[in-house]
Amino acid sequence: MIFDKPTPIRDGFGKALLELGEKNPQVVVLTADLSEAIRVHWFAEKFPKRFFQMGIAESDMVGTAAGLAVGGKIPFVTTFAAFATSLANTPVRVSVAYNQANVKIATSHGGVCVGGDGATHQSIEDIALMRVLPGMTIVVPCDANEAYKATLAAAEFRGPLYLRLGRIATPVFTKRNSPFRIGKAQVLEQGSDLAIIACGAMVGLALEASRQLRSKGIYIRVINMHTVKPLDQSAVLKAARECGAIVTLEEHSVIGGLGSAVTEVVSEKYPVPVERVGIQDVFGESGEPDEILSKYGLTTKDLLRACKRVLERKDVKNRA
Amino acid sequence: MDSTVERKIDIDGIKDLATQIRRDVIRMIVGVGSGHPGGALGAAELFALLYGGVLHIDPKNLMDPHRDRFVLSNGHICAAFYSALSLAGFLPREELNTFRRINSRLQGHPARVKLPDLVETSSGPLGQGFSVANGIAMAMKLDGSRGRVYCLVGDGEMQEGQVWEAIMTAAHHKLANLTLIVSYNGLQIDGEVRTVKNLMPLREKFESFGWECVEADGHDVVSLYRAFTELSVMNKTDQDKPKAVIAHTVMGKGVPFMENKAVWHGSCPTPAQAEEALLSIGKSKGFEDYPPLSKQTLSRKKGGLK
Repeated sequence: MIFDKPTPIRDGFGKALLELGEKNPQVVVLTADLSEAIRVHWFAEKFPKRFFQMGIAESDMVGTAAGLAVGGKIPFVTTFAAFATSLANTPVRVSVAYNQANVKIATSHGGVCVGGDGATHQSIEDIALMRVLPGMTIVVPCDANEAYKATLAAAEFRGPLYLRLGRIATPVFTKRNSPFRIGKAQVLEQGSDLAIIACGAMVGLALEASRQLRSKGIYIRVINMHTVKPLDQSAVLKAARECGAIVTLEEHSVIGGLGSAVTEVVSEKYPVPVERVGIQDVFGESGEPDEILSKYGLTTKDLLRACKRVLERKDVKNRA
Repeated sequence: MDSTVERKIDIDGIKDLATQIRRDVIRMIVGVGSGHPGGALGAAELFALLYGGVLHIDPKNLMDPHRDRFVLSNGHICAAFYSALSLAGFLPREELNTFRRINSRLQGHPARVKLPDLVETSSGPLGQGFSVANGIAMAMKLDGSRGRVYCLVGDGEMQEGQVWEAIMTAAHHKLANLTLIVSYNGLQIDGEVRTVKNLMPLREKFESFGWECVEADGHDVVSLYRAFTELSVMNKTDQDKPKAVIAHTVMGKGVPFMENKAVWHGSCPTPAQAEEALLSIGKSKGFEDYPPLSKQTLSRKKGGLK
């Protein structure tokens, strides 16, 4: 399976599940009345015995998945990011994370681009909520191809894993042969004036900013940090040492997500100026994706401004 | 006395086991200075019957795919669970000394990471274990296991919304290999269940949700055993329905000053009260109190006893 035109990230997940259905008899799928929204309807049609419709009962769904994992299965629980991580937070914490149950929590509608549904259905805090749980691995694929690979990798991976997927059609940057390993960042561009560390669909913005700055003689290292936890610390520290300035970028609150994770590592081990681009501690609202991204500071222009700020801070630091 | 029941299980032996569980519960809790005696004492016959006659689990073959599974959803009563496990040969008796202490496998609420072969799921926040039990039952159905899942919940626990989600799940997904046991002692921390938030009529609720349900005297081994087996008989006529046993129990049973008093949900008796409690409970015939930790064990205590 390979995608070459803009595709919803969740489609890569749904197609990979179909392949897993054939390859791995232990894979089972649960959903809470959102089978098409998260693209598990393909799996459901083909493998009805291994598909569990749980109704609108997210907490029970996550607990049930933990039981299936205790019984030796590899369950993928699927719903919207906001519902899995806050509505069902207690079973995720106790029955999945504390049990070290081999459950894959796969969610669509991560971030703010969810159509007109507004703040209740957007998710700006799911990565933060999952990141503080001991033993939880967090993967945020940047396009449908990466989602496809990440889903196959998640089934092989042992332990609790949170897979965050986006809803809208997103440009495809990675290829069939692009490497993907959980926990290993992918360096997409090798510049050393500053590094942009991004995850999810925002990686596309980083590539665009890089293209624009290159014409001005500024070379950016673009890092696709698809695994937010465990964070690829060596890639972050290498960027800090070699570039001397970092901008983080995510479709998530600047509190608790990728920006926080990068800042924690850099401030402790190799302090350099960091700017965090993301949602500035506010709830979102209804609107078209481009309108929302623009209003909440997630455009190429916002990113370029952050790059400018961080380069100025780097200069000041170097002169001091 | 029912002679058919008597032929199948050792009724006196199970009653004796319940006595020893009660003694262990008091000694474990007073030994560490904290814990939940009320519900644990009230579930002594349930644990004795499960681990002394109902559950098909062999300590020497814990990976048997056809074994029965037990899920404790109201995790706070785990003193009785650990005691039953030790008396049934799953844990060293002297390990009960480590209950709720640092480096112990016997956490204040059961922890799967500490005892992966014996604790099917960690429980503590109420309403969690039942959903997990459903998932285990689903996995066993997929694998064609002949085993059965038994899940114990408290009555107050049934006020949690997730419990009712799980009740619907078990019926909808036809989990006939699941038995839910409700320890109905009528009390919770803030008082009587019916005044805190009424659950009645519970049996009718189960039935209208698509379950088989029977009620039993939770301290009468024969009544309880009949409830479990009657359900198995019904199982043959109705292959689809999950089964519920409402076991009417008394919080603090066996210790008169604790009986039916909500304060003993989570209070530790004083050493003098514990003495009095042990006198009321009496001694078991077939078992001994667990011994203190030996010096040898203490030296290799870290990481639990194996």
